[in-house]
Amino acid sequence: MAGIPHDHYEPGSGGEKWLHKRLPILGLAYDTLMLPTPKNLNWMWIWGIVLTITLVMQIVTGVILAMHYVADTELAFGRIEHIMRNVNGGHMIRYVHMNGASLFFVAVYAHIFRSLYYGSYKAPREVTWIIGILMFVLMMGTAFMGYVLPWGQMSFHGTAVITGLFGAIPFVGEAIQTWLLGASAVGQPALNRFFALHYMLPFILLGLTLVHIWAFHTTGNNNPTGVEVRRTSKEDAQKDTLPFWPYFVIKDLLALVVILAVFTAVVGFMPNYLGHPDNYIPANPAATPAHIVPEWYFLPFYAILRAFDDSVWLVMLTKFVTFGIIDGKFFGVLAMFGAIAVMALAPWLDTSSVRSGRYRPMFKWWFWLLVVDFFVLMWVGARPAEGIYPVISLIGATYWFGYFLVVLPLLGVIEKPLTPPATIEEDFAAHYPKSAGSTGTSSSAAPAE
Amino acid sequence: MLKSLALSTALGLGVIAGSAQAAGDTHIEDFDFSFEGMFGSYDRMQLQRGLQIFTEVCSQCHGLEYVAFRNLADEGGPDWTDDEVRDYIEYNQIEVFDPALDDGYGDLRAAVITDQFPGSQVEGAPDLSLMAKARAGFHGPYGLGINQFIYGMGGPEYIASLLTGYADEPECALEGEPMDGNYNTAFEYGGYPESCLDEDGKHTVPGTWIAMGQPLWGEDVEFADGHSNDLHHEAEDVAAFLMWAAEPGLNARKQAGLTGVIFLSVLAVLLYLTNKRLWAPVKKGRDE
Repeated sequence: MAGIPHDHYEPGSGGEKWLHKRLPILGLAYDTLMLPTPKNLNWMWIWGIVLTITLVMQIVTGVILAMHYVADTELAFGRIEHIMRNVNGGHMIRYVHMNGASLFFVAVYAHIFRSLYYGSYKAPREVTWIIGILMFVLMMGTAFMGYVLPWGQMSFHGTAVITGLFGAIPFVGEAIQTWLLGASAVGQPALNRFFALHYMLPFILLGLTLVHIWAFHTTGNNNPTGVEVRRTSKEDAQKDTLPFWPYFVIKDLLALVVILAVFTAVVGFMPNYLGHPDNYIPANPAATPAHIVPEWYFLPFYAILRAFDDSVWLVMLTKFVTFGIIDGKFFGVLAMFGAIAVMALAPWLDTSSVRSGRYRPMFKWWFWLLVVDFFVLMWVGARPAEGIYPVISLIGATYWFGYFLVVLPLLGVIEKPLTPPATIEEDFAAHYPKSAGSTGTSSSAAPAE
Repeated sequence: MLKSLALSTALGLGVIAGSAQAAGDTHIEDFDFSFEGMFGSYDRMQLQRGLQIFTEVCSQCHGLEYVAFRNLADEGGPDWTDDEVRDYIEYNQIEVFDPALDDGYGDLRAAVITDQFPGSQVEGAPDLSLMAKARAGFHGPYGLGINQFIYGMGGPEYIASLLTGYADEPECALEGEPMDGNYNTAFEYGGYPESCLDEDGKHTVPGTWIAMGQPLWGEDVEFADGHSNDLHHEAEDVAAFLMWAAEPGLNARKQAGLTGVIFLSVLAVLLYLTNKRLWAPVKKGRDE
């Protein structure tokens, strides 16, 4: 696809010309910064920048923490306390890193749901979407392994539970679990390799970030209307877009600073709110915590994992059909990974001709139900699996799959979408009428949804 | 003090194997600590009183192995001078285990200011360095985290409530098998008699049975500053001290947080104005 027509870098001075002939790096920087960006982007289009900055923040704080950490089961817990007590600024760096993981997931979930609502995953942006889901999975792996490093009670027993999931795979499960842990149980080999991977994966994420950006710079950004930027001529394109610098850089910076202010308040005033007190108890294989609860960002998927046990008829049926090879435990594992896999397939499951949810009257309801479902699953994932909670998990998990596998394909057929505006220019002008004198009302006014 | 020491040493059992798993309520009192809230900071005198209780009572069994003696001279803590710390070590004749002594077999020697506090002296007595962060006094409602959001995690409240939570065994407990340990209305992780469960298996009385004997009874120590030494005040002071032991950087952290929030807020206002001005011509429809 040819990119959106726009002015390209022209080396000015002799020095620039010299460099440009040999390495067109200034041209790359210029074209990236001056990328024509749909001018009607709303405030949900800021999460990508937040994610990028958070990744950088996590890498910087993480490298400093790694300078003081020792991946040894006898020493690790004490090294964290050493960082908290003796390293200059160590307690701040560690709390920023610890809560940075939560900021990361707040941003990624907002980013994902933005894409789901505005149909950003749809053609021609499937590759951007798939890379994004891959990054999400890597993020979860990185966060999980990071949580193991302090070698507290939750670190240890959480590792046992999560690697135990792989043990549920028929025939080869136990071998895979042993291979992952480097031993038959959680111990020194597991801690060592998790530390190595926790250090390495963020750099893979950084690389994928560049590919992710490359992909959507090729297709152009989606926008709240889902209508593409006109590429018929440079003049037409300019009516729909504004250059990324300065318009969106400043806007994104504003959003970033507001979010960082909230983040700073959490780090400064309640750094342990999102953590578990049990992880301040050194790992003790002999004493299992009463409730092993994952970090909040895993809870929706953890709830889906637990939702399918042997009492669900679908599980029973599967068990019968597969001669018991797929039992309740393995079914749960498949469901958890499947819940992410169906997200990845969204571009092909969504049959609607209209991209943005803004012009899809029925879709809106189902979408917001999915958002509610996500939070219900998050809540129920933290509850013990007893009483009414497994039923709620099952309903929530069923809807999650139902949304992607049934609702998205069907809606494209039965829904009669509204007509989106012909151009982005038209949409923008509708929000900011030219005639009205008092248009400088508020720059934070997001297009009404 | 001897009385409490005798009772505490009678434990040795570790936490009693719990039949009923922490399904019931515990009674956690919401103490009003000086270090709560955005602007809260440690009360230096309170930390010194708490240290005194720790030294004279708790340290008979419990360790504080992640805290160094030199930390007692840190700003934002008990804030002694180095000499006062040395006097403290000498007066209490604190000894630490040095693995380098006795040809590598290790031996006890008098502590110096750069040493860490000794670990727990009694099998089964947990180290107290991180206790105030390793326990949450406030839960719920329904796991939404709202109580923790409003009241804080409640670690120090849990400790203070535990220390004041010893009570006579409830009637229902006397009906069944006698329980090991001591009834405590704040303890969450201990054993619980079946005779105190209702038909649904729910707890009818708060708390569980704890192995540790009641350590504080009131008037266990004499404070130099003349502060009240009743049980409630002693529990509050030692809980505050343990919060400091777990989070010595709290004052500095809140300071940094406040500075950061103010800085970022000002920056946000400036960026808001910049952004508004930048976009104004576009929104008015003038082409750039």
